[in-house]
Amino acid sequence: MIARLLAVLLFCALAASARAQTSFEELVPRLGGGFGPAAEAAQALGTQGDPRALPILRALSEGRLLRNAEGRVILDGRDAATGEAIAAEGATRINLNNRLRVVLRGAIGRLALSSPNAAERRAAADAVFRTRSAENVPLLEDALSREAIPEIRALMELALGASRLLVDDVTVQRAGIIVLSGAGTAEARSLLLEARAAKPELAVDIDAGIATIDRRLAIRRGFETAFQGISLGSVLLLAALGLAITFGVMGVINMAHGEMVMIGAYTTFMVQEALRHTAWAAWSLPLSVPAAFLVTAAVGVVLERFLIRHLYGRPLETLLLTFGIGMMLQQGVRLIFGAQNREVLSPAWMQGTLMLPGGLPVTQNRLWIILFGLAVLALTMAAIRFTRFGLEMRAVVQNRRIAATMGIRTGWVDAMTFAFGSGLAGLAGVALSQIDNVSPNLGTGYIIDSFMVVVFGGVGSLVGTLVGALTLGIVNKLLEPYAGAVLAKVAVLVGIMLFIQRRPKGLFALKGRAAE
Amino acid sequence: MRRLIILAITLLLALLPALNLAGLGVSDFVITVVGKWLCYAILALSIDLAWGYAGILSLGHGAFFALGGYAMGMHLMRLIGPRGVYGHPVLPDFMVFLGYQELPWFWWGFQSFPFAMLMALLIPGALAFLVGYLAFRSRITGVYLSILTQALTYALMLAFFRNDMGLGGNNGFTDFKELLGIALNTPLARALLFWSSLAALGGCLWLGTSIARSKLGRVLVGVRDAEARLRFLGYDTLQHKLFVFVLSAMMAGIAGALYVPQVGIINPSEFSPGNSLEAVVWVAFGGRGTLLGAVLGAFTVNGLKTWLTSVAPDLWLFVLGAVFVAVTLLLPRGLIGLLEKRR
Amino acid sequence: MTLPTITRRAALAGMAGSMALPAIHSASAQGAPIKVGVLHSLTGTMAISETALRDTVLMMVEKQNAAGGIMGRRLEAVVVDPASNWPLFAEKARELLAVHKVDVTFGCWTSVSRKSVLPVFEELNGLLFYPVQYEGEEESRNIFYTGAAPNQQAIPAVEYLMGADGGEAKRIVLLGTDYVYPRTTNRILRGFLNSKGITDADIMEEYTPFGHSDWQGIVTRVKAFAAQGKKTAIVSTINGDANVPFYRELGNQGIKAEDIPCVAFSVGEEELAGIDTKPLVGHLAAWNYFMSVDAPANREFISDWHTFIRNPRRVTNDPMEATLVGFKMWAQAVAQARSTGVDAVRTAMIGQKVAAPCGFTLEMLPNHHLTKPVMIGEIQENGQFNIVWRTPAPVPAENWSRYIPENANRRR
Repeated sequence: MIARLLAVLLFCALAASARAQTSFEELVPRLGGGFGPAAEAAQALGTQGDPRALPILRALSEGRLLRNAEGRVILDGRDAATGEAIAAEGATRINLNNRLRVVLRGAIGRLALSSPNAAERRAAADAVFRTRSAENVPLLEDALSREAIPEIRALMELALGASRLLVDDVTVQRAGIIVLSGAGTAEARSLLLEARAAKPELAVDIDAGIATIDRRLAIRRGFETAFQGISLGSVLLLAALGLAITFGVMGVINMAHGEMVMIGAYTTFMVQEALRHTAWAAWSLPLSVPAAFLVTAAVGVVLERFLIRHLYGRPLETLLLTFGIGMMLQQGVRLIFGAQNREVLSPAWMQGTLMLPGGLPVTQNRLWIILFGLAVLALTMAAIRFTRFGLEMRAVVQNRRIAATMGIRTGWVDAMTFAFGSGLAGLAGVALSQIDNVSPNLGTGYIIDSFMVVVFGGVGSLVGTLVGALTLGIVNKLLEPYAGAVLAKVAVLVGIMLFIQRRPKGLFALKGRAAE
Repeated sequence: MRRLIILAITLLLALLPALNLAGLGVSDFVITVVGKWLCYAILALSIDLAWGYAGILSLGHGAFFALGGYAMGMHLMRLIGPRGVYGHPVLPDFMVFLGYQELPWFWWGFQSFPFAMLMALLIPGALAFLVGYLAFRSRITGVYLSILTQALTYALMLAFFRNDMGLGGNNGFTDFKELLGIALNTPLARALLFWSSLAALGGCLWLGTSIARSKLGRVLVGVRDAEARLRFLGYDTLQHKLFVFVLSAMMAGIAGALYVPQVGIINPSEFSPGNSLEAVVWVAFGGRGTLLGAVLGAFTVNGLKTWLTSVAPDLWLFVLGAVFVAVTLLLPRGLIGLLEKRR
Repeated sequence: MTLPTITRRAALAGMAGSMALPAIHSASAQGAPIKVGVLHSLTGTMAISETALRDTVLMMVEKQNAAGGIMGRRLEAVVVDPASNWPLFAEKARELLAVHKVDVTFGCWTSVSRKSVLPVFEELNGLLFYPVQYEGEEESRNIFYTGAAPNQQAIPAVEYLMGADGGEAKRIVLLGTDYVYPRTTNRILRGFLNSKGITDADIMEEYTPFGHSDWQGIVTRVKAFAAQGKKTAIVSTINGDANVPFYRELGNQGIKAEDIPCVAFSVGEEELAGIDTKPLVGHLAAWNYFMSVDAPANREFISDWHTFIRNPRRVTNDPMEATLVGFKMWAQAVAQARSTGVDAVRTAMIGQKVAAPCGFTLEMLPNHHLTKPVMIGEIQENGQFNIVWRTPAPVPAENWSRYIPENANRRR
């Protein structure tokens, strides 16, 4: 081990001394010569600044660079070093490791700083920030003098500040500290701490900078906790909405609710597979929304008409019945699709993090799920409030006999209501396919939480479901850093049990005169 | 007639371990499996007592069962003593390799068999008292109570899964050596445990039947069918419900305590809500509110499960699910209703 | 009563009416069949991992029968479903041994299921092959452990992270599911890291429940932990189902392998099959086998698998390879001992060698564990691993870790 380390060190020293003399044509073949030499070569190419290196390094980082048996490096059918045409047969892909990736990111960043493409310059500025070195200072100063777009300028200034920290000159370093302190990010804080360890004489300036950053970070942490709580709440809301209809309105204890959610997620998977090689592939997720609703609603109608309707007024029996149905649905899906997880892709607009003004980060998939949850809730409320079906549903719930005498087909309304609740569960499945496993067990993890949300919020009240879900989500996230994920959840459950004991009808109780 | 049949079946069951000890065609497998079913039957009986007579449907009875099991498990762990892998005189193996220095306080006393048995009764009983008192006082009934108890067992499951609880986390307790000086992996120990379970089942059945026939039993049926009316008539329904709920939890605790040495493991998945739900299904399957039906249901469903998981490992969930659906739809009074109709 | 060779397809056919497929008879196979028990969960939470192992055993049985069985005797698989239920594991183990009288059993995934069946196998003197990497601290004369011990997976992986190629990590986050394997592994790793000069202040350790799906808070805390001016890496012992949401959150919060690499011990090809791996390229896993290993034995394994399962998109993984190695060693030992008797096979097992799909020849050691090569793989866009480092030779298993001080007092 030590011998190998020494060999690497020796090689690094040699490479460093040789760097000035080594030509482009000599460096490029080394990219295929193993992780260590490749990293050295990439570093040298980045420092030399030869623009021909940029496409080669990019190809390497994207895994498109090949190497043949003679050790020649091939890009798009040409020898990358000399440009002559060469057969790619028998050539293998050049592999990367993390060390090489770090070097490549820096080298590509340096080379792309002067790119005419704004997006490339933005990525380059970020890359140079992450792989700062004192040598980057003149390069960044030059790039800054020509940059017009304010956003990219800010990134470049940040990168310049980070690089200045490494220059052996106290005034330059102070300038760097000021820029980094202003950035207020965790990365900047990390860099300052690193510099503090190396330069004790700058400790006072750095400590002041870190204090500034910490204030910003505290705000950010508060925001993140709130966002994560709302996000968890929105997931609970979606999972519970269907139950709020089937259980809250109809009084059916649907233990197969989780399986409806699971079927919704599998529908998403099916839609994606059906559209995979068509022009509609990018739209598979939005198209899954109606598809999942219809499929689960259809399953719901079948269950209601053939099974559940025979047990109205006997809630505990429906519980057992739906438990049995749930078992069968789960095993059915397991036999058809296999026990393994299924991959549901996230569209590009649901990946990554969105930066709100003030450096507040928001993960995109969570944001969409929050919006989706609220939209589904709003539509559900509107459907119940403003449509004929909603009117009939409320009539049947309030007084089945009078509704029947008024000409409402109560059986049909029951079936539709159950289908509606099941469809909502299917929508939850679409959302969950974006954050959780699509497996036959998907629903089991949410069923108890869903019941808790509905009971806590108040059975029969959609507003209660919303408030209940958000409260549980936020409280859970507030407790989590102190108690850990498990205890936080246990504490929330115990809290709900105690709350229900105080207010058996939940947060938003329906008022009535019935004596219990 | 009915009594004769029960007596005959009981004697037949009691004969099984004797045949096994004598080497007469009853395998060890049969003894352990039927012994397990006997414990399940006690659990089913306890659920039926609360649900069938007082209308309290607890979806968390598995928690009382598991707590009883844990009390027994802790006793069995203490009995291993220095025979563990690491040879520590006091600490169980899992504590040794998780770096515990001393025994946590709640393990004190469990080296004594009477204490452990007392705890197997008292811990489930106390929890049932607490939950029951809070719930019944606020008049939480029906499905709300069911969901509440389900959340209770779920919360306990999450808590017991934590290794920081000092109760073995996910692995729970295994590799027991002996009980009351008898090595557990001997036919004699299995026979004794089998007979104890059978006796406990008989005792619980007798107790349950006597309660059902007494004035208390009739009040409970009143609670089940029209609690409000009973309250207006001046009955303190809270006390009656609480009594039967705590008694039922203690029965479940006994079942758990007998179960653990027979299956050789206790771990937090016993708390999983699915287990409790399944136990309720046994009762519904056999026939709610008949006590005997609960026992019958526990035996039939578990027998079916043992058989199907070997014969149709891929399809048994279907069959079992279909059976549940069919029974709730077609046999509202369960198997026992079917048998009685025949007669 | 038994169902030989049930595949998913067969199961579906079973739904249509025929419950069993006839076992494949070979002309040369005569005499009473040798019974091979399969004790893997086909339903419940563990079905996701264990069904593939059931299929692997069935594939091996089929292959062995096609080659004439062992000693001219046909093999017959006895499949039971312990349904991810630990007491049921013990019951089914007893059923396999006492009722079906199997000669050998392949089974279990979780430590708790193994702990549950261990007393049964010891009491009835059965033979169990356990194919999954685990926390060690166990040695039973009735079990052969064909997965990795901690020194064959965890420690080399962390050494790699701390080396030049792994990014010279100075701060380590230990994330795990709260059960014995992560707890023990992390205890061993903490001892190892301390011995390498990494203090407890530079180690963050956090546990989550099974199937944890909301990783937002933890990933945020990891980011904050990483912002302390030292290169940070994550060591993940997160189990099965929880990995998909965890990796999704890593990707969405923009944690790139270049900044905070994450090495996982329980994430294989099967788990990656459920994730979009593009944002994860560069994150690592440590195993003793990857599907991408370039070796003749591996090419044969993969083609056998694809033929058997009739789906060219299905992957192979480390526990499947461990099952295969265990099966081959057992078949060799039976042939060598000229008997399926447990005591004879046990003696013959020690020292058995198999040219394994991982590209090395593995040997069964007297401690009932294997020698295994350690490999570090990087996640690639196609859901496969690119092997970036491997030990030059197989490493012998140390099932009693030297980083757990109490092992000094162990009873032998």
